[in-house]
Amino acid sequence: MTPVHRADGVGTAAPEKVTRGPEPTPRPQLPKRTFADNEGVLAKLFLLPTVLGIIGLVAFPFILAIVFSFSDVTTGNPSLDFVGFRQWSTILGSRVFWTAFRNTITFTVISMALIIVIAHILANVLVRDFKGKWLVRFCVLLPWTTPVALAAVSWLWLLNSIFSPIDWVLRWFGLIEANMYYLGRPVLAMGSIIAVHVWRIVPVATVIIMAGHMAIPGEINDAAEIDGAGFWRKLREITIPLTIPISAVAVLFGAILTFADMTVVFILTRGGPTQATQVLSSWAFFKGIEGGDLAQGAAVALFLFPLLLAAAIAILRAVRRSEVM
Amino acid sequence: MAHVVEVRGLKKHFEKGDVQAVDGVDIATREGEYLVLLGPSGCGKTTLLRMIAGLEEPTEGEILIGGNVVNGLPPRARGIAMVFQSYALYPHKTVLDNITFPLKATMSDRDARREKATWAADLLGIGELLGRKPRHLSGGERQRVALARALVRDPSVFLLDEPLSNLDAKLRTSARDELKGFQERLGTTTIYVTHDQVEAMGLGDRIVVILNGKVRQIGPPQEVYSNPADTFVATFIGSPPMNLIDRGDHLLGFRPENFLPLEAMSSHGDNLLEVDVQVHRIEYLSGDRHVYATTSGLGPDDAHIIARIPATVNVAVNENGSQRFAVHEKDLRFFDGETGVVTEPRQVRT
Repeated sequence: MTPVHRADGVGTAAPEKVTRGPEPTPRPQLPKRTFADNEGVLAKLFLLPTVLGIIGLVAFPFILAIVFSFSDVTTGNPSLDFVGFRQWSTILGSRVFWTAFRNTITFTVISMALIIVIAHILANVLVRDFKGKWLVRFCVLLPWTTPVALAAVSWLWLLNSIFSPIDWVLRWFGLIEANMYYLGRPVLAMGSIIAVHVWRIVPVATVIIMAGHMAIPGEINDAAEIDGAGFWRKLREITIPLTIPISAVAVLFGAILTFADMTVVFILTRGGPTQATQVLSSWAFFKGIEGGDLAQGAAVALFLFPLLLAAAIAILRAVRRSEVM
Repeated sequence: MAHVVEVRGLKKHFEKGDVQAVDGVDIATREGEYLVLLGPSGCGKTTLLRMIAGLEEPTEGEILIGGNVVNGLPPRARGIAMVFQSYALYPHKTVLDNITFPLKATMSDRDARREKATWAADLLGIGELLGRKPRHLSGGERQRVALARALVRDPSVFLLDEPLSNLDAKLRTSARDELKGFQERLGTTTIYVTHDQVEAMGLGDRIVVILNGKVRQIGPPQEVYSNPADTFVATFIGSPPMNLIDRGDHLLGFRPENFLPLEAMSSHGDNLLEVDVQVHRIEYLSGDRHVYATTSGLGPDDAHIIARIPATVNVAVNENGSQRFAVHEKDLRFFDGETGVVTEPRQVRT
């Protein structure tokens, strides 16, 4: 009946005889070690391009920026003269700098809070099974894939002072009487910048947090359901604690991205009206590149570096402590 | 007496992959019974358990717990507790918080929850682990935490999904023993899913053998072992499996331990079926001898047979020798050649 028996019974009927067969022939000589076997040298060789890239594109400009910030270099007078902390005291005494500093903090904190909340909600929806999930996922990811130039044109039109479709809709519902001038009023302009930035970053944050949701074993969700946890309790006691490590990484990346980002400001308002939406990165750009004062631009750009470094270290440490799986 | 759990005509069809996971199952547990669902992986036993738990909705059929239809009710309203294969402990909570978690839904008093959790933990001998996180526990300790978490719910039925498969072989034996003793003390009806026939035989009051979403046999372990309903049950249960010899329109079956050298058989007036076999190989396993042999005396073709000679039988058996073996006619089973279902005894004299 079962052919397994035959294989067991007959095939290995006399194992002893097999092992007492003729002596095995001596092994052939191993081939000589070639260059490709030399892992020590190869490792260094393969790492070289990356190391050169980092030195050339990150380390060198960074050190140059530090040197610039203690000099009086401008595009008109590129000779490096050491001036101590003069550039630093100049920017610390400037009103625009402090506006930009406040704006950077506001911009980062509010947009990160919105991004994390929205991304969590979207991730919650997208990990579920429903008809048309593929299409919804595609639509959620779309803003990330839209080229900045194209998005800028659309948003400039949406927020236009005269032709804004948002205004049309609001007027049609009778919610407003006159145009809003989104980019012309300080608070609305900042709000618009935050909205567009959130629109850009939410897709990535959603994907990262979705990965966190999917990493929670299915049986843990089942167990919570059997243990009588409703939606909110499951969210509060299971889902959020278990996605904290990955959310923290998302926040870290998002915050650094937001701190250093000037795209949205540059496209929508160029820091206006009257510097009301200036952030540190855009201010560094306008001051150092457009204004030609390389030294002050460098000082502005470097101002947040120690702060960001400390925040990054703190978050990464917290993530390692809270790793639970 | 009301059945604690009963399923009637239960079916589950998964749209994805067009799988009929459970295909018309009727089972009723008895009060305080240890019922084991046994089958190979993918046979639908876990899906069946998940439907009873309320984690899957059946496509067709009814589930009754304590006499009430619970179709459509969420798991928390069914009075069940489940222990998962991975134990599914909440990794960020301490053992105490894991055990009190299900109580938060029903018990508002914090001290009462703590008291109940401590009671369950002491019962399972994990009282000193309450402050630890699951990642600092061994496999056996995790399993006890999962049991304690199930226990505090005072369920009317325990559902256990392969709770021993993550333990190493040595621990598994003692954990099996503890599980059985634990259930006997509590007297709670338990449904236990496993693919391991040894666990099923050792734990179950009754075994439900499942294949391809259908129940093949329900019965006490001894019954399922000695009177298998078909060739699948005959070969799935028992190690080595039942010998099956193709005789054209039917199959002749007998257990390896019933097939012994003629000298070792005591006839006691029973009729013996004697046959000459050609021995090929002998394995020594836990004191028993497993003899792999062929014979031409039982059917039209040469048949492969395994005999299991217990350690207490000292008759010499030689590899590559010919020897006369025998089996009591009362130990012979007959199965239909087409369907594999058990049939009437036939004439076997050759």
